[in-house]
Formats: sequence, C-alpha cells, structure tokens
Amino acid sequence: MDKTPQTEPRQSWTFSNEINSEIRRAAATGIYDIRGGGAKRRVPHFDDLLFLGASVSRYPLEGYREKCETSVTLGTRFAKKPIELKIPVTIAGMSFGALSGNAKEALGRGATMAGTSTTTGDGGMTEEERGHSEKLVYQYLPSRYGMNPDDLRRADAIEVVVGQGAKPGGGGMLLGQKITERVAGMRDLPEGIDQRSACRHPDWTGPDDLEIKILELREITNWEKPIYVKIGGARPYYDTALAVKAGADVVVLDGMQGGTAATQDVFIEHVGQPTLACIRPAVQALQDLGLHREVQLIVSGGIRTGADVAKALALGADAVAIGTAALVAIGDNDPKWESEYQKLGTTTGAYDDWHEGRDPAGITTQDPELMARLDPEAAGRRLRNYLNVLTLECQTLARACGHNHIHNLEPEDLCALTMEAAAMAQVPLAGTNWYPGKPGF
Amino acid sequence: MTTTLDMTTTELREVNTTLQAAAKSQANEAYVITNPRGSHAMACGLDGPLTVTIKGSTGYYCAGMNKKAAITVEGSAGPGVAENMMSGIVTIEGDASQYAGATGHGGLLNIKGNASSRCGISMKGIDIVVHGSIGHMSAFMAQKGNLVVLGDAGDALGDSLYEARLFVRGNVKSLGADCVEKEMRPEHFELLKDLLEKAGADARPDEFKRYGSARQLYHFNIDNADAY
Repeated sequence: MDKTPQTEPRQSWTFSNEINSEIRRAAATGIYDIRGGGAKRRVPHFDDLLFLGASVSRYPLEGYREKCETSVTLGTRFAKKPIELKIPVTIAGMSFGALSGNAKEALGRGATMAGTSTTTGDGGMTEEERGHSEKLVYQYLPSRYGMNPDDLRRADAIEVVVGQGAKPGGGGMLLGQKITERVAGMRDLPEGIDQRSACRHPDWTGPDDLEIKILELREITNWEKPIYVKIGGARPYYDTALAVKAGADVVVLDGMQGGTAATQDVFIEHVGQPTLACIRPAVQALQDLGLHREVQLIVSGGIRTGADVAKALALGADAVAIGTAALVAIGDNDPKWESEYQKLGTTTGAYDDWHEGRDPAGITTQDPELMARLDPEAAGRRLRNYLNVLTLECQTLARACGHNHIHNLEPEDLCALTMEAAAMAQVPLAGTNWYPGKPGF
Repeated sequence: MTTTLDMTTTELREVNTTLQAAAKSQANEAYVITNPRGSHAMACGLDGPLTVTIKGSTGYYCAGMNKKAAITVEGSAGPGVAENMMSGIVTIEGDASQYAGATGHGGLLNIKGNASSRCGISMKGIDIVVHGSIGHMSAFMAQKGNLVVLGDAGDALGDSLYEARLFVRGNVKSLGADCVEKEMRPEHFELLKDLLEKAGADARPDEFKRYGSARQLYHFNIDNADAY
C-alpha cells in the first residue's frame, strides 16, 4: 500500500530553533544572556553600498604610480598637540581586564608599526599598552577605574566615553572570574567579585556639565591633549552637536555593530542604530555648525575591510576605529581552536562568551595558561599586516574614484543597493538619482 | 613667601599654570587666590606640596585630581570638588555641592558645612569628613576609603556599596541597596578618632554608627533581582 505523502516538517520563523533554545536557557537559569561582541543580526551596512568608480566624467589615478595620501590629523580644534596618524584606521578602546596584558601589548605593537593609535579602556592604563603604543588615547569612563592624573598626562589624547554602540545607555559588568589580583588592584576593588561599570559619569550630567568637565581635563593637561567624546549610535545628530558644543576636538561615533566585552544580549541586539544610519546625521550636525573637518569624526562599529573604511570616509568620517576586527586579526575565533570552542559549547566565529575568561585564543582572559598562548610580537605583526591591507584597499578605491587623498572621497562616489541603505546613507539607489527622503521628491 | 593671584585681572589659565608649575617644583610655597567669582576648575591637577587659599566660593571641580597640595576654599564649593583626588588635603569652609570627592583615591576632603547629594560617589580610597549633613545617594558604589558625617545622611546612603566605610553621627533617612549598619569595633574607633582629629571636628567616635556593605550583591544572583 502506498504511503500517504507527508509535508516536510516545518520550522517556525517566529519560533526558530535558535529562539527556542534561548527560551529554554532563560527558563532553566532565570537570568538574561550575557555575551561579548556587537549586534549579530543583519542590519543595513556598508555592504549595501557600492563605489561608482571613474568614468568619462571623472578620471582615475594610476594604482602603483600616483600617490593617494592617507594621513589624518586629529584634534586640530583646540589641542596644542594634535595627533598625526599615517592611516585613517585607529584601534578602539578595549579594557585591560576584559583583554589580557598580552593582547593589549599586541594591539599597541600592531598599531604603532602601522602608524596609528590605540586606546585604553575601563580599567586604566597598563605599562604593556603605554610602552608599546607610540600614540595612546586614554579613555575617561564613568567607572573611573584606574583613573589618575599621571596617566592622563602621559596619554596622547583623552576620550571621554559617554556611550558605546553595543549598549548606548548601559554600563558593563566584568565577572568575578576575570578579576585577578592585578585587575582588582587597578580597580580598587576586592579580587573575584563582579565589577560593575557605571552607565553614566559620577560627577556630571548633560552637555553643560560636560563642557565644564572638558575644561577641567584641559586645565589639568595644559590644553595639550585632543579631547575626544565617544557616543553610542543613539541620536547621532543631537549627540554630535552637543559633544561639539561641549568643546570636543573629536567625536567618536560607535554604531550598534560595535563590540563590548560583556553586556546583555537583549541590549546589544535591540538598542541603538546601525553604523550606516548614524554617519550622515553626525556629519550633518558638524556641517550645520560649520565645523566639519575642523572637529574630526571617527566612526566605528562593524568596520572589516578597506571598502568599509573607504565608504565611511566617503560619507564624511575623518577616520574609523576597529575593535572586533582587530581581535580577529590577532587570533580571536581562529579555527585552530575549534576543538576547544566545541568543548565550550560553541564554534569558530560564534565564540562570544568573552566575559567568562576561558578564551582558547588567550585574548579575552586573565588565565595565565591561556594568556600565554598569545605571542604579542607575532600578534602585533598580524595586526600591522591587517591594518596595511585596510589602508591599501581604501587607497585602491579612492584612486579608482579619482582621488589623491582618501579624505576626498565623497557621497557622490557611492550608490546604494537597497532602499534602506539609500535612505540611511543618503546616496542614490543604484540606477536612479533618488533616495528615500531626498528633498524635492 | 605668599603670592596673591587676583582673578579680576588674572585668567583661569594663568592661575592654574602658575599653581601647577609651582607644585611641580615641589617647593613649599603658599598662594592666595582672590575674587574667584565661582570659577570652574580652579587649582586642579596640582602635584606638589603647595598651600593654596581661595578667598571666596568656587565653581565645578575645584581641586580636581589633587596630589599632595593643601587647598582651602574660604567659601562654598560647586559640584565635584576634589573629584578623583589622589592625596593632599582639601578644606571647604562653607558648603559643598553635588559629587564632593567623587572617585577620590586618597587624601582628606574636609567639608566644614554640608555636602549635597552623591557625596563620595564611587570613592576609591579618599577620606571625607563632613561637619554638617549630606544629601541623598551619598557613597553610591563607594569602593574604598572613609566617609564621616557629623550631621544627618539623606536617602539611600551607601547604595551598592563595596568596601568603603561610612560613619554617621546623626540620622540616616534610609540605607541604599546592600548597605547595612555594622558593629563599631576597636579599630573603627581608632580610625574615626584619627580622622576627626585631622579634620578638627568637635565629636567623639562613640557618637557614631558605622555602615558598610552586606556584600550580598558582589556576585550577580537572580534571587537578588528585586534589589537592582
């Protein structure tokens, strides 16, 4: 007898296996999921833009003969000693504590070899980092862990952190298993306890106070250091305008794909705007104030390739910052640790329990045995190579658009593949001269 | 030798440059600042055994990040006085506004009047003595150091406290999450006696109650969710 045909088992899109697994995990533990990294969901991104390239109306530059400059100067508005970078890619703030000392050293080595800056994080400045970073940006964070005026003065720039893209409006948590004696000592807290990082600064609220705080930082550092203000991608137009009003030399704008050491998954995936959506409003704010290029804009959150760098610059950024990509370059989520990732219940590319301190690659850990797996010199060279590739790719695209400096890239060099990207980037949908929201249509 | 800087004719930048250079020389010099007119960021970032007397009230962040210097405000101080102080002594003859001694790592902040809300927020080793009363949310997330209050404390004292010690002579309107009254042991009487003497406070250690962390929130536990 013929068997009755059956329909294929049908999975629910709404209740996918992934969603159901999270429901089961929540039901078993009673606590939200905490992880590192940035938004994993698909959002409109630089992949949705294309460069038009040169044509009859524009002529390109010869790839191996005609120069395309890449240097960037940050902090020209008020600082006596602006930062000069060879390339438009900086290393974003990541804390010692979240990262091992070897990882911080590797970032410093790689950035220095490539001619760019690296940045401290929550937890203060380490000797590994200062010693191996020719240009070091010192983050001034709400927790003020490890904050002291001596480190402030030996920094090359100061970054007042108001927010970050992974969690605009949120603080952080470094779990006790990563709080070794050294980390605890730098943070003035007991070993082994969970350390909360506050979501807002303890001694100022609002842009008027921030202006006075920046004045104090300048007075303490003799008006030498560029003052950056880092904002999460929440309300980029107003936040940029207010940061500038408060006296920022540089605005660092971090979209929702920007990573964090640890916070709630619900925060990472559901708060903030995609990087692509943040750039044009921020640039508009600078232009409305007549300060575009005088106050520099650094964009971060999901920068992976030279194409991403070039597109961010074309939309009006002066430089970009990388965090997650830099960690991957020095060895994070490397397939060679696959068997160990599987023991942790994950797989290469998906490992994000950075807060647990069991990173097989020895990067997001304070475990001496795991930390020893990362050779800071070799990792530094990998980062330098990667930064060089980003720069070469960016130059390649700039030359193809006929520019002899990467800062000459402009929105008119771009088109968008999707309506969403066209609206966010305010560049025409491919094949049209229109984008949603364009005035006059 | 005492040098006087008059802020009706001397800009803030020049005042701070002069004081910072004098502090850097490690000379025991004395400076008097007249007509501060509520200026912000006065005498901040000093790093040396300087004596500074400010004749009048100051704005935000007076004596910010101080190291070694002895700074006296003969008036009241705006928000964030002696924020992130590392060492030295800062004395406020009048009242202090919000966030006095915020994130301070060391030294003594001696407030002769009252202090507003969030006094000693996130303090990391500083000693603060307030001769009057303090406002709400004081010693929020305070990590290390001692806060001594001769008067009363407002709502939510010591909320989410770590290892800082709080001593209050008067009434506490309410305690914050994880802050509890603790026994005064002999070492606390000794500590308090020393701090009261240093601050020139007219009070006896046995008049105070001690408050500290119950340490129940040191590790995130879902059973404590109601406390967050």
